[in-house]
Amino acid sequence: MSNLRIIKDRTASGAMRTVTIVALAFVLVMGWGLYRKSAPILSEIPLWDLLTDSTWQPFKNKFGFFPFVMGTIWVTLIAVVIALPLSLFTAVFLTEYARRWVKKCVYPALDILASLPSVIYGVWGTLVIVPWISDWLAPHFVSFSSGYTTLAAGIVLSIMILPLLVSLFVELFSSVGNDLRDSSYALGATRWQTAQSVVLRKSMPGVFASVVLAVSRALGETIAVLMVCGNMAAVPHSVFDACYPIPALIANNYGEMLSLPMYESALMFAALLLFVVVLVFNLASRLVLRKIERK
Amino acid sequence: MRKLILRKIFANDSNEPFVPDAKFKHPDVAPELTVDHFNLSIEGSPILKDVSVTIPANKITCIVGPSGCGKSTLLKSLNRLSDTIEGVRTSGDIRIGDKSIVNCSASDLVELRRRIGLVPQRPTPLPMSIFGNIAYGCKIHGVSSRRELRKIVRHYLKVVGLWDEVKDRLTSPATKLSIGQQQRLCLARSLAVEPEFILADEATSALDPVSSKIVEDLFVKLKEQYSIVMVTHTLRQALRIADYVIFIYMGEVIEVGDAQQVFKNPKHELTQKYLSGTIS
Amino acid sequence: MNKLVVKERIARVAMYLSIAAVILLVGSIIWTVFKRGARSLTWEMVSSLPGGGFYIGKSGGFLNAIVGSLYIVLASTAIGLIISIPVVFFLNVYLKSKSRLAYVARLAFDVLFGIPSIVYGAFAFTLMIYFGLRTSLLGGILVETLLIIPILIRSMDEVAKNFPRDLLEASFSLGATRWETMGVVMRQIAPGIATATLLSVGRSIGDAAGVMFTAGFSDTIPTSLSQQTATLPLSIFFQLSAPQAEVQNRAYAAAVVLTIIVLVISLLGRFITNRFSKHKLR
Repeated sequence: MSNLRIIKDRTASGAMRTVTIVALAFVLVMGWGLYRKSAPILSEIPLWDLLTDSTWQPFKNKFGFFPFVMGTIWVTLIAVVIALPLSLFTAVFLTEYARRWVKKCVYPALDILASLPSVIYGVWGTLVIVPWISDWLAPHFVSFSSGYTTLAAGIVLSIMILPLLVSLFVELFSSVGNDLRDSSYALGATRWQTAQSVVLRKSMPGVFASVVLAVSRALGETIAVLMVCGNMAAVPHSVFDACYPIPALIANNYGEMLSLPMYESALMFAALLLFVVVLVFNLASRLVLRKIERK
Repeated sequence: MRKLILRKIFANDSNEPFVPDAKFKHPDVAPELTVDHFNLSIEGSPILKDVSVTIPANKITCIVGPSGCGKSTLLKSLNRLSDTIEGVRTSGDIRIGDKSIVNCSASDLVELRRRIGLVPQRPTPLPMSIFGNIAYGCKIHGVSSRRELRKIVRHYLKVVGLWDEVKDRLTSPATKLSIGQQQRLCLARSLAVEPEFILADEATSALDPVSSKIVEDLFVKLKEQYSIVMVTHTLRQALRIADYVIFIYMGEVIEVGDAQQVFKNPKHELTQKYLSGTIS
Repeated sequence: MNKLVVKERIARVAMYLSIAAVILLVGSIIWTVFKRGARSLTWEMVSSLPGGGFYIGKSGGFLNAIVGSLYIVLASTAIGLIISIPVVFFLNVYLKSKSRLAYVARLAFDVLFGIPSIVYGAFAFTLMIYFGLRTSLLGGILVETLLIIPILIRSMDEVAKNFPRDLLEASFSLGATRWETMGVVMRQIAPGIATATLLSVGRSIGDAAGVMFTAGFSDTIPTSLSQQTATLPLSIFFQLSAPQAEVQNRAYAAAVVLTIIVLVISLLGRFITNRFSKHKLR
């Protein structure tokens, strides 16, 4: 009787350990698989040339990723520049100032933002942001813009990473001890002074790590960006130019790539690139955030 | 609906005397718990040092001592819940009768743990109904007939004096009970698997005075059938109910003996100091 | 002193503006989607398959996409739960909290959580080619399962970490093995399991990049695992890129449907976390 129970316990233990380890190994398998697939193009064109060359003519065997890399960087940068102050102020307000009923309104709103699918953001972007840029904003700066621009992609993306940033910040700020706050108040500091010099300063490493995490989220965002970014394989010169980030490249060409082995390999290289960058960013920021959490 | 059915079934049960399941039969001679040169350290720092005591059967043994002296750790070691502490190392032996608790197979361990029940410091109702809480242990040990389970639940709820208070809401969550009721429920839950020993870790410290008295009286009543080991932080409680006393200081057993002797005529200087309140 | 007050004022205004921006954005997104889509949303669209000439604006609906999405989401959530519940249980009950395996595993799931779905899609696609699978319902289910496992594990683990140790001890002291304690743990973290499930349902129903490679697209409801299937996000995406206004209108209508589904899921999540905790200790 009790032997059978122990056998069950042991079997379950073994099985669960295996599942955990397999899930763990999955990260490695994924990297390895993508690498295998992108090996052909890496053996033909050196890595550095792939990243810095800007001619993209798959059917002539020219694979320059520079426009896509730049497109990704631009879009991500714009997104962070917009989302960072917005989320910092929101998070400080929620932890240091807000009454309960305000929180009760704002948290569900953030929940909704976090849960809306990418494609809905894309729809909203094409209906609101794109016309706004082409009809209202861009004419002040350039003679013509279709609205499908780097800026549009950046704005849409900034809203998508906003809930992530706010929730990370709120967690960080509320982990700052109340005694620290109290001692700041006791010295006669105003709320904002306290928020700025105690709460924000204390959470600086965490804020940085959170931004890195949000960047890695932004890097991989596909459909929404694809729908508003214009998809032109050229390095954008201003925020009113179209761009073509890496995820959009992969998504747009998945059908035709099968006809050319090298093309397929190039797209898999793009996926590998994304994987590696996101992996490194994620790992770094998670390690930092964990360390903070443990304290 | 389910509630109604249950009530009906209970109403129909006759008043035949309760006989525990054959699996749970106590041995003819109640065993003693022997702690034999037992050492325990957590992450390198020693918590228990060379502890050797014998815990007598059918008595209330109180472990007393200042807070942080290792009382609770010793209690947890008795049914090897100390395993779950992070970074724990032990040496020496603990035996129930002649069976080792420290060096036993996993299948012996679950059986040994059944024989040594635990009433925790704060009541820990499992996330189930009142009925489910008491039936849980029996189900694990293979009692599956509903009829049998109902008998068991009723009997042990009566033993702890909870039956009349809860008989109409056996299917409601155990967490809805008051703290005092929850603690008695936990006691009934451990009694349901018919242990020979009951370990109580400051089992009354979270309770109000009235509930605390009820639980205390229960222990006194229960010692006829069970051997009870309790850790207590209030000397007065120990004075009231202890038959046998173990005084621990800084992880070492300083004095052991009958309650009368230890409290009236402490041999050791430290014990005298503790009893007079100089160290606490 | 005055300067301080001014600073405080400015900061306050900036914060009010940020909060207002957040609320306004949510309002704008939902209002835009509903306003644009509601006028073209008809019962026919959600209840019928694409008819002939669907993609040049003739009759029909996107039932194929709704059903396709449901198939994928339900199947992947079920498989995901079967895999992730034991992992969470293992991490929290079998392993000690300072165990190195637990640390590495948690980190790995964090990282997997951050990997974009397009990469999952691309990887699953190569995997399918390797195994000789074509784009199909099965492929879609596979990739979504991979995508949601880290979400499930992470959010359940968050709840399970706070599982009171006393309860474990109570169960052990009755002579239960760790495996037998699973029932207790599951009941205690039931609200956590429910919210995690809803979270992953929300994520996988809205995911387009992953299924793009793996599930393909079709105008009919799949009848076997090896057939291609449509999904709601992709149906929105494809129809929106058509030049005809009628087709685009349908995309907007589909967007309303998707938004409603996601909002309901999100509301349900809040409701369940409040309601489900009947038996919970503390």
